[in-house]
Amino acid sequence: MTGETAVINVAARASLWLRPHRIVLVLIALALVLFAAFFMRWDWLPQYWEMGLLGIWRSLWILAVTCALGFMLAVPLGLAQAGGPFWFAVPAKVFCTIIRGTPLLLQLWLLYYGLGSLFPQYPWIRGSWMWPYLRQAWPYGVLALTLSFAGYEGEVMRGAFAGVPKGQLEAARAFGMSRFKIFRRIWLPQAFYRALPTLTGETVLQLKSTPLVATISVIDIFAVSSKVRQDTYLTYEPLLLLALIYMSVTGILVLAFSRIEARIPVKIG
Amino acid sequence: MPPGWGGTLLVGLLHSIEIAIGATCLGLLIGTGGAFGKLYGGPVTRDLLAVYTTVVRAVPELVLILLLYYAGTDLINQVLAAMGYQRVDISGLAAGIFVLGVVQGAYSTEVIRGAILSIPQGQIEAARAYGMSPGLMLRRITLPAMLPFAIPGLANLWLIATKDTALLAVVGFFELTLATRQAAGVTKAYLVFFLAAGALYLALSLFSNLIIGRVEARSRRGMPSVKEAR
Repeated sequence: MTGETAVINVAARASLWLRPHRIVLVLIALALVLFAAFFMRWDWLPQYWEMGLLGIWRSLWILAVTCALGFMLAVPLGLAQAGGPFWFAVPAKVFCTIIRGTPLLLQLWLLYYGLGSLFPQYPWIRGSWMWPYLRQAWPYGVLALTLSFAGYEGEVMRGAFAGVPKGQLEAARAFGMSRFKIFRRIWLPQAFYRALPTLTGETVLQLKSTPLVATISVIDIFAVSSKVRQDTYLTYEPLLLLALIYMSVTGILVLAFSRIEARIPVKIG
Repeated sequence: MPPGWGGTLLVGLLHSIEIAIGATCLGLLIGTGGAFGKLYGGPVTRDLLAVYTTVVRAVPELVLILLLYYAGTDLINQVLAAMGYQRVDISGLAAGIFVLGVVQGAYSTEVIRGAILSIPQGQIEAARAYGMSPGLMLRRITLPAMLPFAIPGLANLWLIATKDTALLAVVGFFELTLATRQAAGVTKAYLVFFLAAGALYLALSLFSNLIIGRVEARSRRGMPSVKEAR
């Protein structure tokens, strides 16, 4: 039975691609790709591909770290706004408003140039164990991206926490659960399921924000492509390849998240 | 205009607002056309628009800005050269508006498409039953009726546009973020200037929110409020 439906699905999917106009469009796209492959210059690839792989790795690493840290920060931010007393709720609200109301590039430069220029004045910072890190650029990039993700996702988590039906929490309390256990077993998981669809979009947005760290001299994939452009005086080839790389990563991310989403029970609340 | 670097920052802010307004308007035009193309266009139009919205939403704005900036100026100059004119320098303002407008267009296409789909079907059927031509129906029924559904999304896009103008600093266009960086670089007072610029952006966002609230309330007049509807 399932085998039959699978065959039908595959056939339906194939027929989607086999309509006459689609075939023509795919052929045109193929012709464009072939044109790009043969008539544009790609001889710089062997020289730079190792650097490029390192750049991709770095971009993905920054994406993963900032999303994970940002989400951990977003949970208390959302919780404070959804159910906290006002001395928690107000600062959280202010933080989210400021992060969402100013450009990420400005936040990044504020941290790197502004904050970074303050540290060398203090001898005790220069002497501490943190100094080797504070002299580099990537901690500022990671910090800025983390705060940005936390600000946007904190707002989402606020809605998600507020959207969990009251009855669920009341039932948990009626079972005699402690407040922390209610949070851990009922409130957080249900809020997380609610926030999951938006999490896909936020993660893709975060991926699209990572090239900004190249402006503070972190060598991610965007910086590698800039270097290729400077070295070879080519305009389009590195940029087109870069766009292709970002599109593939976005595609993989969306696919992975849709897999995760499919495993989550649909009926909640 | 106040003297000193404060004035520079305000000029930068003005440029940012100009670009944001221009890009949003261009984006709305592209978005309206794109939404109608996606909903009522032929199969080829639909597929091409799907490619456009997917690509723009999957590639970082910074990369798109560079690509469109170089490709756009190249294209214009080649066309001019083919017609026998001299090469021209494209003004940063026009290039910025074009680039951000194309990006905004992809997002507004989706917003407007969703808004048109949430118009009650009966209203459009009624307009057809009255014998309205497609153009008249667009002007009198579809656009006004979709507005309340589209405004939250479009307002969000406006806020994104104001923040995306900062990205043009990377290609060297003089707007608030670049002005701030220059001022900070000369005076070495990095923290002060970046904080001031942040305050300006924040003020712009908060002021926009205020206006958006008014506009939304007006576009929803006569409709049940969101809270009652739930």
